Amino acid sequence: MATEIKVPTLGESVKEATVAKWLKAAGDQVKADEPLVELETDKVTLEINAPAAGTLSEIKAAAGATVGVGEVLGLIGGAAAALAAAAAPAKAAPAPAALADKPLAPSVRKMVAETKTDPAAIAGTGKDGRLTKGDVIGHVEARAAAPVASPPAPPRALGPREERVRMTRLRKRIAERLKTAQNTAAMLTTFNEVDMGAVMALRKSYADAFEKKHGVRLGFMSFFVKASIAALKELPAVNGEIDGDDIIYKNHYDIGVAVGTEQGLVVPVVRDADQLGFAEIEKTINALGKKARDGKLSMDELTGGTFTITNGGVYGSLMSTPILNTPQSGILGMHKIQQRPTAVGDKIEIRPMMYLALSYDHRIIDGREAVTFLVRVKEVIEDPQRLLIEV
Amino acid sequence: MADSYDLVVIGAGPGGYVAAIRATQLGLKTACVEARERLGGTCLNIGCIPSKALLAASHKLREAEHGLAAFGIQVGSVKLDLKGMMGHKDKVVDANTKGVEFLFKKNKISWLKGWGSIAGPGKVAVKKSDGSTETVETKRILIATGSESMPLPGVEVDEQRIVTSTGALTLSEVPKHLVVVGGGYIGLEMGSVWRRLGSEVTVVEFLDRIVPTMDGEVGKQFQRTLAKQGFKFKLGMKVVGAKTSKKGVTLTLEPAKGGAQETLEADVVLVSIGRRPFTEGLGLEAAGVALDERKRIQVDHHFQTNVPGIFAIGDAIPGPMLAHKAEDEGVAAAEIMAGQSGHVNYDVIPGIVYTWPEVASVGKTEEEVKATGAEYRVGKFPFTANGRARANNDTEGFVKIIADAKTDRVLGVHIIGPDAGSLIHECCVAMEFSASAEDIARTCHGHPTLNEAVKEAALAVVGRPIHI
Repeated sequence: MATEIKVPTLGESVKEATVAKWLKAAGDQVKADEPLVELETDKVTLEINAPAAGTLSEIKAAAGATVGVGEVLGLIGGAAAALAAAAAPAKAAPAPAALADKPLAPSVRKMVAETKTDPAAIAGTGKDGRLTKGDVIGHVEARAAAPVASPPAPPRALGPREERVRMTRLRKRIAERLKTAQNTAAMLTTFNEVDMGAVMALRKSYADAFEKKHGVRLGFMSFFVKASIAALKELPAVNGEIDGDDIIYKNHYDIGVAVGTEQGLVVPVVRDADQLGFAEIEKTINALGKKARDGKLSMDELTGGTFTITNGGVYGSLMSTPILNTPQSGILGMHKIQQRPTAVGDKIEIRPMMYLALSYDHRIIDGREAVTFLVRVKEVIEDPQRLLIEV
Repeated sequence: MADSYDLVVIGAGPGGYVAAIRATQLGLKTACVEARERLGGTCLNIGCIPSKALLAASHKLREAEHGLAAFGIQVGSVKLDLKGMMGHKDKVVDANTKGVEFLFKKNKISWLKGWGSIAGPGKVAVKKSDGSTETVETKRILIATGSESMPLPGVEVDEQRIVTSTGALTLSEVPKHLVVVGGGYIGLEMGSVWRRLGSEVTVVEFLDRIVPTMDGEVGKQFQRTLAKQGFKFKLGMKVVGAKTSKKGVTLTLEPAKGGAQETLEADVVLVSIGRRPFTEGLGLEAAGVALDERKRIQVDHHFQTNVPGIFAIGDAIPGPMLAHKAEDEGVAAAEIMAGQSGHVNYDVIPGIVYTWPEVASVGKTEEEVKATGAEYRVGKFPFTANGRARANNDTEGFVKIIADAKTDRVLGVHIIGPDAGSLIHECCVAMEFSASAEDIARTCHGHPTLNEAVKEAALAVVGRPIHI
């Protein structure tokens, strides 16, 4: 009996994936749980492991194919299957493969080809859900009646020193999401600056002890996560989202931390960060960052954040206006710490300064709230003791 | 201790015996009650099969007399051997009914020979020919008792001079004048047999057209064809009385709308005004099984009556009285009893008249489609333009396909022509899969075949037949 290799559940709202690459060829022997094929979704690349040991007898979805959740990617024939195949070499390939995809009626075949319609996109009303000519006519008419986005411009001709590379699913998805944010939210950025001296001093004092005890370095990120949560608790709109005519306020603090990877930017989420200590936050961020760079994040680790922090400072940015991670309403931008002459009381001092940016959705967050949020973050970072007594 | 079964089927016609076989295939311990000496019911004994044996034989006689010369075959004088023809029919019936008996043995279905009736919840009484009664226990009862000829008030059937289809299958001599009362499928088929064997045939029909359920255009062509073969028609007439004498029968006719009576002399009168469900004497009333106003057993989508455990199929329930409808219901009912999903698609049940040319139809008639208000298109193709039909000297008739004007879905197909009863089935398969006329047209058809006329009619739906 052959074992089916199926597309696993990819996470909420993710229905399909692209087959990126097969790591094994048909006919290869595979061990149980050995990686077989890589799938790319909008958010992650994931490996599908062999559900059983045996021979990879058939690849049903080749690289580049789009597959839905539960779809069969290929078959693994067990030892018994291999034996049966050996015993009856003349027997034709098993029929079920042909049955799996319902063949199209001749009129349907012609019409989908002529109208460039994906038959999989049409709901069939015929026997066992097959497509009828009427189904295709109805689909094509509905499509024609729908307000048409201007047809995509034909790809322009390439110059001799140009090269055309198809966007990965992740890149396409990033592009779409960023543009959706800009098109939807009334996005605005407010700035402030923060003296990092106190945090740096605290780190210096306890760096070794912290690392020795927790096995992780004390970074800046945990401070900003903590400071943000303090500010979010005071200004709940920044942790909310718009849903139709309603605002949804969230009484949990799942903080997305943007991580740059070779494939593009991903934002894994630190769940219930308000419940975590500094060490746990640092550990979680480290683990997520590593997974992100290895392309091993699961869908659950990528969805459901309530607020995002992005640190352009790691690349040297002094100032930026981050784009919202929709449907969230706020994103905090951290930047490079720079020694700068600053007025401290009546004196000019050289202080380690960082510009902070908060991009926010002006539809539900007023300027006062946004500015107050950033001021709170600044106050906490400049005087971390506030975290202790929650002021 | 009485025998106990999972299912007892009452009636071994095409509905009952097929249900019994399907039920045993699915693991139900099944018995079938049948009082006739032979299995197969009306269909195999006194219906479909013997009538086809006579239709085939009489068609050959007609071919020999009138058809072969055109092919360059001289046969000299042709003589009817009626006894021999009846012998052929009896042999066919014998072989078919024995075949069912063999199938019962093979499937280990118990044939309870006797008159079956419901004797209480889960109990079936079998009254045997010797007068004794055996009662068996069963988890389920399936009533498949079929139908019988509808009597005509004032016209007493004696199966000698005044006959039903049963008597019309066994006439000992060719009547000079056969009057067929009722212009339906059965009357026209039996009328055809005796017309070919030499009878004058007059059809008396109450309505102003024959085969009233047939597509109007096809019905008209059918009547013309039969008239050409020598049929006479008295339409819009009802029979109000019959007097039998030694010489024959004198029928009294009266216009359906009222008016002056007239008489019609006949040697034999065939009463074929329809069939009625056979639902009496089965203990249905005592069991509390609900019948409708036409004495048909009422069933739900699972063929179950209002009494749990009692099911019914075939001519005994509403729907067209056709053997193949009963068979499909038998299969579906057995599957439902075995916990499977069983279904009969009543929109795609073919109807066939086995005259020559044959008439076959599936789906809606043009009149029915028109009545729904739907926009539709009709494609027609005559057999005169079909190469194979010409080669066969069999060019009478046409194929007519009705399709939805927008979706092109086939709504109905009506064929009058050679082998129409076989040709219709590619359309049945197409309709079962909700096919469009274009789907039929784009399916490669062998050449030269009569089926090409179906393909051309499908092309004609969109106005682009090739061969006309």
